[in-house]
Amino acid sequence: MSIKPTALQESRASLSVRHTLLASKMTHQYPSLTPDQKKELATIAQRIVAPGKGVLAADESVGTMGKRLQKINVENTEENRRCFRDILFSADPSIANSIGGVIFFHETLYQKSDNRILFPQVIKEKGIVVGIKVDKGTAGLNGTDGETTTQGLDGLSERCAQYKKDGCDFAKWRCVLKISDGCPSALAIAENANVLARYASICQQNGLVPIVEPEILPDGDHDLQRCQYVTEKVLAAVYKALSDHHVYLEGTLLKPNMVTAGHSCPKKYTPQEVGMATVSALRRTVPAAVPGICFLSGGQSEEEASLNLNAINQTPLHRPWKLTFSYGRALQASALAAWKGKTENKQAAQEAFCTRAKINGLASKGEYKPAGHADKSATESLYTASYVY
Amino acid sequence: PLATSNKMTHQYPALTPEQKKELQDIAQRIVTPGKGILAADESVGHMAKRLNQIGVENTEENRRRYRQLLFSADERIDSCIGGVIFFHETLYQQADDGTPFAKMIKDRGIVVGIKVDKGVVPLAGTDGETTTQGLDGLAERCAQYKKDGADFAKWRCVLKISEHTPSQLAIMENANVLARYASICQQNGIVPIVEPEILPDGDHDLKRCQYVTEKVLAAVYKALSDHHVYLEGTLLKPNMVTPGHACPTKCSSGEIAMATVTALRRTVPPAVPGVTFLSGGQSEEEASINLNAINTCPLAKPWALTFSYGRALQASALNAWRGQKENEKAATEEFVKRAEVNGQAAQGKYVSSSDGSGAAGQSLYVANHAY
Repeated sequence: MSIKPTALQESRASLSVRHTLLASKMTHQYPSLTPDQKKELATIAQRIVAPGKGVLAADESVGTMGKRLQKINVENTEENRRCFRDILFSADPSIANSIGGVIFFHETLYQKSDNRILFPQVIKEKGIVVGIKVDKGTAGLNGTDGETTTQGLDGLSERCAQYKKDGCDFAKWRCVLKISDGCPSALAIAENANVLARYASICQQNGLVPIVEPEILPDGDHDLQRCQYVTEKVLAAVYKALSDHHVYLEGTLLKPNMVTAGHSCPKKYTPQEVGMATVSALRRTVPAAVPGICFLSGGQSEEEASLNLNAINQTPLHRPWKLTFSYGRALQASALAAWKGKTENKQAAQEAFCTRAKINGLASKGEYKPAGHADKSATESLYTASYVY
Repeated sequence: PLATSNKMTHQYPALTPEQKKELQDIAQRIVTPGKGILAADESVGHMAKRLNQIGVENTEENRRRYRQLLFSADERIDSCIGGVIFFHETLYQQADDGTPFAKMIKDRGIVVGIKVDKGVVPLAGTDGETTTQGLDGLAERCAQYKKDGADFAKWRCVLKISEHTPSQLAIMENANVLARYASICQQNGIVPIVEPEILPDGDHDLKRCQYVTEKVLAAVYKALSDHHVYLEGTLLKPNMVTPGHACPTKCSSGEIAMATVTALRRTVPPAVPGVTFLSGGQSEEEASINLNAINTCPLAKPWALTFSYGRALQASALNAWRGQKENEKAATEEFVKRAEVNGQAAQGKYVSSSDGSGAAGQSLYVANHAY
């Protein structure tokens, strides 16, 4: 480097001149991503949350699929799991108008459709982005009141690189917090925020957009305000950790809980109150650079999840990010109930799924107008105490 | 106790709904579209420097006369000045006709603000870094200022960019003291303007300034969250993101705008109603052009982006005045011109016709500036 030292630099006689020159000319220390990497991540994120679109969370683990299938008296075999995902993924291509991304479970990423096409390819051909759940479940935080962190960082970089080759462009990692007298503790908040930031950083290095999910469970009898307060504290910690870990926010998505009262709270709240509390909490914590927020449904019924999302998108506060869905049960409950494991029910199951997808697409624009009564499975609460995927 | 704590809303709410509403209304009034802030809070020592430059003696009377010519500007400034930051002395001074300055400003619908910090003090063990003092008795002082007509306050912290600064300690300590100040203000019905100024001294480039600004602002908003500060009832007064003054690479206003808005989008929650930039030694014209570029930057900006200018609103006025009574009208007119220009820049409507000459174009950079 042949640069003429300025007077300022010459005055630093005690430091080596070359070191000084390099340090002074340094942009931000050690950029973690190149401009091209950033562009790719931002583009992927924006495609997932394109207007009117949200995410199908089809990443239920083997154990969790077991619970789902048990409810409709279907055996939890690999084939049955493949069969049900096939119903969802082989839906009419117009599903891509409402679904921007699908989150896969590892097993499913390598399964094939009835037509012998790999599922990621089926999804990609519809113009939908393929995602992958990469965490390895929760682990106990010693010395706390049953709080957890989430594991899965070991070898994550290599796994992400492989998933990228195998067709994935985004990932998901779920952390769990709970509200009670002494929870969430400062440790739980700090530790989960940190592990989410590590995960996000590693994903981005490998061209995967990280969906950051700090779920605060709806278990408990706390009211709406308490949930809002806790959500604000948790999200503030998450975004500080993301900043500390040099995560590129424009290439991330957030998957939070909506702000709701606890399931045993005697007071009931309207979707408008849920909308107001949720949007207020997000406005106070989520930087505008984040392209989209995809809510988890957390045990809400299909209809509840749609009504709340709709109300969120009608809340009279300025919302600089997309506000959409990343629903599992709230997109699949009716489809599962219609299928009951029988081939002849496949079309009915697909229609049920497409219906919910369309409704949630509308809700993500605040345009959902519920007509009359929703059917039974849509309104049955999908709440299971202390839900674990 | 278990039963009641489970029923607890958020622990120990810091503000009632009425207090929140009042703070939010004040903040929004200050940053109404097209409006910004006149920072007229120069301390006695700083006024000395300003008056020195125009050969005027630094007496209380001269300071009074000078502020008077700003505050007596005609109704044209009512649509471009949302708030005025006072220095303590000035808050209790009067116009020639005996009208208290605070009343003059308030009566014309402009919000009265007050600088409440007590200057920087060194952080031992750092490379010349500082924190800011003024927390002692701040609650009582705020309560009194509120009675005396103030509805917002300002507190300036200072950070600098060099090889090893800002340090973690400087970032954390200044963020924390800003959050304590903000919390105390809100308890007393005063909207806190939070000012974490990163000095433009140095030869670092635009990217480094952006990087540091992002880290500093992330820490500030984490601290505000930790201290339970109600963001909708605050304003932010940051530096624009610019290269250091000794940086060989010059940047266009478009680049400055892009870097600035990007940094803010990554750190400032949308709940904050407005960002009122400091001018930090930019010339009057530079400060207006950059503010305009910021407002025409093609990124979504969920907060108002406006000015809180001291020197960049007053340089021409000072120059025109030179302490002479017969120059007062001309001086006031210079101030009105800059106020209108910046009001337009705050809406992205300013078309610069300046050739950069005169006081408007001269750089107002003073090395390692401290208020």
